[in-house]
Amino acid sequence: MINGLIMNETSEPNYLTETRGLSSWIFTLDHKRIGIMYLCIILFFFLVGGVFGLLVRLELLKPNNWLMSNQTYNEMFTLHGVIMIFLFVIPVIPSALGNFFIPLLIGARDVAFPRLNLFSVWLFGAGVLVVIASFSHPIDTGWTFYTPYSARTAAAVTILVGGIFLMGMSTILTALNFIVTIHRLRAPGMTWHRLPLFIWSMYATSIINVIATPVVGMTFMLLMAERLFGIGFFDPAKGGDPLLFQHFFWFYSHPAVYVMILPAMGIISEIIPVFSRKPIFGYRAIAYSSMAIAFSGFLVWGHHMFVAGMSNAADIFFSFFTFSVAVPTGIKVFNWIATMYKGSIHLDTPMIYALTFIFSFVIGGLTGPFLGALATDVPLHDTYFVVAHFHYTMMGGTVMGLFAGLHYWYPKMTGRMLNEKVAKLAWALIFVGFFVTFFNMFILGFRGMPRRWATYPPRFQTQHIISTVGSWILAAGIVIMFYNFIRCLKKGEKAPPNPWGAKTLEWQVPSPPPTGNFTEIPVITDWPYSYPKRDE
Amino acid sequence: MSEREKGGHENPVFVLETSKLGIWTFLATELLLFGALFTVYTVFRIKYPELFYAQHLKLNRVMGFANTVVLICSSLSVAVGIAGIRRGNVKALKIALVVTLILGAAFLVIKGFEYREHFERGEFPGTNIFFSLYYVMTAIHALHVVAGMSALAYCLIRTMRGDFSADYAVPVEVSGIYWHFVDLVWIYLFPMLYLMG
Ligand code: HEM
Ligand SMILES: [Cu+2]
Repeated sequence: MINGLIMNETSEPNYLTETRGLSSWIFTLDHKRIGIMYLCIILFFFLVGGVFGLLVRLELLKPNNWLMSNQTYNEMFTLHGVIMIFLFVIPVIPSALGNFFIPLLIGARDVAFPRLNLFSVWLFGAGVLVVIASFSHPIDTGWTFYTPYSARTAAAVTILVGGIFLMGMSTILTALNFIVTIHRLRAPGMTWHRLPLFIWSMYATSIINVIATPVVGMTFMLLMAERLFGIGFFDPAKGGDPLLFQHFFWFYSHPAVYVMILPAMGIISEIIPVFSRKPIFGYRAIAYSSMAIAFSGFLVWGHHMFVAGMSNAADIFFSFFTFSVAVPTGIKVFNWIATMYKGSIHLDTPMIYALTFIFSFVIGGLTGPFLGALATDVPLHDTYFVVAHFHYTMMGGTVMGLFAGLHYWYPKMTGRMLNEKVAKLAWALIFVGFFVTFFNMFILGFRGMPRRWATYPPRFQTQHIISTVGSWILAAGIVIMFYNFIRCLKKGEKAPPNPWGAKTLEWQVPSPPPTGNFTEIPVITDWPYSYPKRDE
Repeated sequence: MSEREKGGHENPVFVLETSKLGIWTFLATELLLFGALFTVYTVFRIKYPELFYAQHLKLNRVMGFANTVVLICSSLSVAVGIAGIRRGNVKALKIALVVTLILGAAFLVIKGFEYREHFERGEFPGTNIFFSLYYVMTAIHALHVVAGMSALAYCLIRTMRGDFSADYAVPVEVSGIYWHFVDLVWIYLFPMLYLMG
């Protein structure tokens, strides 16, 4: 897999060098190797999904199907959405970084059930293969699979949904493993209130995964049964109810947006104090707000269905709770800012990405209430405003958080430092490209451009051209970032154990860590943010 | 076990408690999985009360009841086996597991006969909403029975190999909890499908 990244032979064996060969990876029980395997698979699909996104943008350069037919366009944006959501954002931080860092951060040698962990990564791999098999008849339903269309289309919905089911099982088992690990394997002295905030956010995420994922799993099974046997639950012709599908789908898929964002928030909560050299402000508020988000996230799924024909009472209920989710999110943002206040801020790449996260996530977050409010959702629903909103939260939020985490932990995972100059260049392109591509879409949406359309009236063209050019800048930035990741595996400077001067446990072991993580399980006497108070 | 050494937690009580937390978390997932199905059931039963009543009369209550008894007995036998191994009685565990597996298989066979009866009468998934629900719910439950039996069969093999003692029988305890859950689901399914007032 990444045998290229062997350290120089004289050093102590670490998790990468202790054993060699493909089978030592495929059958490994080491949480770090499992995390790396997830990371490689998932980042690969990020690139694949990105290519589909670029194709979608390319088609929209001109108003009239100049590149592809409407049907092909449907397939392109669906593949883009499905890959980005199910093969990338949902699993990426928990399965990859979570696996690698949860045991390290709590002072454990591994997760609670290492074999189950290995089984999860196999399930994930199997799911990926099944999803790929479904590309023979590319799916064209949108990533939301709404019935009745998804029950009738000739595309390979059954296979695709089956593959996602397998990946869902992998997610559930991983979450289970994390919950038990966090409960049972914390180092002596690591009380709940001494846990790093990344752990709190992963704990909240895991609870959502355990509770919400089975519901979508069952929904997908019913969809498969609908297609195979015509059971009729979602088919009005047979007395079924298509809205029921939407309710089930969003009962999962709204909490799933917190599965996407909470882990990223956890990463930001680690990075901000380290690069501000200040204790985190409002530790408990941040920790508890993760739990509050996990809980209230289950009460708001109906905001995706305001125009689908729910009762007025339901509309008002869901609208109210949607606003209430904004509160714990706001709490976090204020606490991050308060942490930076009067800090000694070091603008290394992880910190720059963390700041980008806050900036663009706030934009994504603040445009949410426009869609959560009934009166404004009706005209904005299914326009580019929505596309802009969720790219600001998912790309501006989760993906920036992920990039922050990758730059922050790269030295730990690989034993090498990244090239800062290249990393910053890539960041600049990504930042500019992202804003050029997506900010513009808010306005497009206000002007009435509907989402999921391959064609449009010529008056929208200028703005579409801007977005498409933006997507090229963004792509260039991402390519440079990956180039940096790959090049520095060999060419990067050797990383010291703690290049950033952080206090959490993963930095107290060598980079990369040895297979069992700790020679001796540490005893914890303090929380992980005890930076000296600055007097001024 | 290397992983337990690595974790530095060889203490069997610790391992048991950890595994129990794992299986209870898993049951939370399972509960939500069936919860979705029960919701579908509730929605359609409220929507079509007459259809449900008329159709449910076509189910074979005798076989349904027989299966309920079979599963309750199987829960009992697992419990007896676990009580046995806690006192170090390997033989009791072995017998109990064999009995449980036989009862589980009997459940599946009876279910199979029921399905055949319905097929012969032309009642398939898709015939109407009630039968769709009946098939989906019982088939997914049957899959769980198979999963539970696989876990118990694995325990049986390890019992034969002499892996378990009064000190260590974690897989048996965990599989036992799972088996009880599978039985419990049936205890709900039976009245919901067969005994509508
Ligand atoms: C390379 C950067 C990206 C570009 C250029 C891009 C572009 C687009 C465009 C133009 C659409 C709207 C298609 C339409 O409604 O007609 C879209 C939809 C979507 N994108 Fe992206 N995107 C990018 C990255 C991402 C990322 C990182 C995610 C998630 C993490 C994501 C998730 C989605 C989803 C879920 C949809 C909705 C698909 C549907 O309507 O079924 N995109 N993207
Ligand atoms: Cu939502």
